[in-house]
Amino acid sequence: MSEPASAILTLEGLDVRLPAGADRSHAVIGASLSIAANEILCVVGESGSGKSVMANAIMRLLPNEVSIDAGRVMFEGRDLAAASTAEMRAVRGAGIAMIFQEPMTALNPLRTIGDQIGEMFSIHTGLSNAAIRARVLALLEDVRIPDPDSAAKAYPHELSGGQRQRAMIAMALALDPRLLIADEPTTALDVTTQAQILTLIRELQARKKTAVLFITHDFGVVAEIADRVAVMQHGHIVEQGDAASVLYRPQHPYTKQLIAAVPPLTAPPPRKLSDDIILTIDNVSKTFRTGGFLGRGARVTHAVKNVSLELPRGATLGIVGESGSGKSTLARCIVRLIDPDAGAIMLEGKDWAKLTREQVRRETRHIQMVFQDPFSSLNPRRKAAELVAQGPIVHGTARAQAIADAKELFALVGLDPSASDRFPHEFSGGQRQRIGLARALALRPEVLVADEAVSALDVSVQAQVLKLLAGLRERLGLSIVFITHDLRVAAQICDLVAVMKDGEVVEHGLAGDVFGNPRHPYTQALLDSIPGGEFARKHETSVFT
Amino acid sequence: MDAVKRYFRSPAAVTGLVLLLIVVAMAVSASWFYPREPLALAGRPLIWPFSNPRFLLGTDNSGRDIAAQILYGARISLLIGGVATLIAIAIGVLIGAFAGYYGGWVDTVLMRITEAFQTLPNFVLLLVLVAVFGSTLTTVTIAVGVVSWPAPARLTRAEFLSLRNREFVQAGRTLGMKDIQLISGEILPNALPPIIVYASVIMAVAILLESALAFLRLSDPNVASWGNLIGLGRDVLRVQWYVSAIPGIAILVTVLAVSLVGQGLNDALNPRLKGR
Repeated sequence: MSEPASAILTLEGLDVRLPAGADRSHAVIGASLSIAANEILCVVGESGSGKSVMANAIMRLLPNEVSIDAGRVMFEGRDLAAASTAEMRAVRGAGIAMIFQEPMTALNPLRTIGDQIGEMFSIHTGLSNAAIRARVLALLEDVRIPDPDSAAKAYPHELSGGQRQRAMIAMALALDPRLLIADEPTTALDVTTQAQILTLIRELQARKKTAVLFITHDFGVVAEIADRVAVMQHGHIVEQGDAASVLYRPQHPYTKQLIAAVPPLTAPPPRKLSDDIILTIDNVSKTFRTGGFLGRGARVTHAVKNVSLELPRGATLGIVGESGSGKSTLARCIVRLIDPDAGAIMLEGKDWAKLTREQVRRETRHIQMVFQDPFSSLNPRRKAAELVAQGPIVHGTARAQAIADAKELFALVGLDPSASDRFPHEFSGGQRQRIGLARALALRPEVLVADEAVSALDVSVQAQVLKLLAGLRERLGLSIVFITHDLRVAAQICDLVAVMKDGEVVEHGLAGDVFGNPRHPYTQALLDSIPGGEFARKHETSVFT
Repeated sequence: MDAVKRYFRSPAAVTGLVLLLIVVAMAVSASWFYPREPLALAGRPLIWPFSNPRFLLGTDNSGRDIAAQILYGARISLLIGGVATLIAIAIGVLIGAFAGYYGGWVDTVLMRITEAFQTLPNFVLLLVLVAVFGSTLTTVTIAVGVVSWPAPARLTRAEFLSLRNREFVQAGRTLGMKDIQLISGEILPNALPPIIVYASVIMAVAILLESALAFLRLSDPNVASWGNLIGLGRDVLRVQWYVSAIPGIAILVTVLAVSLVGQGLNDALNPRLKGR
């Protein structure tokens, strides 16, 4: 690749060493790339590919036991890898700024937004307090925070996730840095907010001619924002080039594999649905009350409002919505982790909403749940086989029998049965999620409730788990309630889709209809916000082919 | 076992373990070295240490062998420390687990009771208990245990509060587990490491509490304990200071050993906290 004349940052054969005992010796190996002014370079890779470590290495924000042991980081004619701590302090913020994934933890909760942005000026410039205040307001206006005046006086917890990320961007851009490093800045945000933030970054970048190093795991985001792309795998940059050629004509097998795993936004051809309704959700409501004294001044949240849905036997019902839409509360009502306030949940002729705790315990084998977080959903002190056998043991199966059955289930979910005496931490995220699935299947449920079951997984692993789920649905005749915030995932596996907003179902119907011909404006907004929508529609491969 | 390996990597933790093993060896070998009753009169009173080979550590003001009392005293200290700690942890875990798991009014009631106990200085409470129920070895041990439970209760409650909403607990509930299975099988094993570490603190304090009680001559006078010996030595403190100093060193070493072991356990069980 020829060196662009105006390269702002150039990495030359950068190696970052990990401490002994890590899963590989180097987090980043021989990384070479350059970013020109006024361009957005996306670094894509799955978790553990070393993309974040590389970003932190540029800023020299590595933990003590991790170090750069070869290569150069050339920024404005200086090698940052060899710069002193004092020199780095001058570069950070002023020369290179950074925004992070979780704005809530990146902001100091005890200081106002205005204070924290103003700090950039008081550290790096000699402006007066009044001048700083004016600059802060101008910045907040730049990032389009509604009502900048009160946003400057607000504390981080008083702003929404999107507004906090805008504040972070304002802070990063305060000193007009030459380079902005954005480490998964939209991953923690809802899809509609993500679309706004991406537009904002693009716009500010174009106006200020900043170079942006944008780190992401999402090819949709890449399609949306990137000028050039670098793909990372196991610490190596395996492919780089301009966005269009990498996305549509990938050369490296790994890139091809990643792009193939991106779920396309077109629903697979509809399957024949049974007329037999296995689960009926009828006018279910749940209200949370917090705070207040003797019922006065309490904050009331209508998490689920009069939701009615039906799940035919053997079908998959997707419930999609953004955070706070009440989809998880609904899922927990269905399995009675939360008691609904009103309504009926009919399963096998019994009203689940009205069963006593004791009855729920006995009937629970009919309906099981798969959880979101592959790390916290498995008890770290039990072996995998035990975890899977737990349910049957509770319901009276002999221990030896249950463990033997668990090993069979391991094979069913695509895990090596001989791995069943390992502890959860010895498995990868995707494997843990398979253990969670095996645990739910151990009771031979008719209905499976999957709450964001693939959201925490890398895209290639996500595709495998979805495929597994679809296969099991056929083989075991499972009916699935599939909760997700990701419409692309919902489009892949769901026969029926219900869109939730503020506790209500605003639209539901066959997946093909909802995605192909959305009627409610909110559904349309959701679909429009999907990053790289054009790319997702064009690209044909499906996880099921 | 990673934790075991990490434990033995720390020199302080190993030192603590060696010291603790020495104290245990003293306790075990007491009747082998001194088959006679340790409280029996053995010779002339107030013989200085190392001046008579028959009484290596000298004799106290009634002519009893100090070395014998130190060895037998190790038994008492370890017994009181161990049993009182078990009692305190048992009560504390029980109350903390229920308060943390159920929350709501159960939590409010149990925590108000805990706070009521915490506001009383525990040595004063110990004095009252011993004054009311008498000072035999059994009552002293139970009393020490009973005054030490509030701290582990609060610790257990805090652990339960953070663990009870974890997804694996919810998963257990959707599998149809009873509350008691969730508490004892799912949450408690994950809550134990900090409680085990705290147990070493309770053990050290329990040993000190018994000694303090004995110093005030309120502990069981019919057993050879380090505290009793210090209490006796009080009368001759200005000249024959060794009568109090020798058991004092024994207490110091034991408490230090227990604390070092506790710190070592902490580093071994919570490796991520180390070096902060």
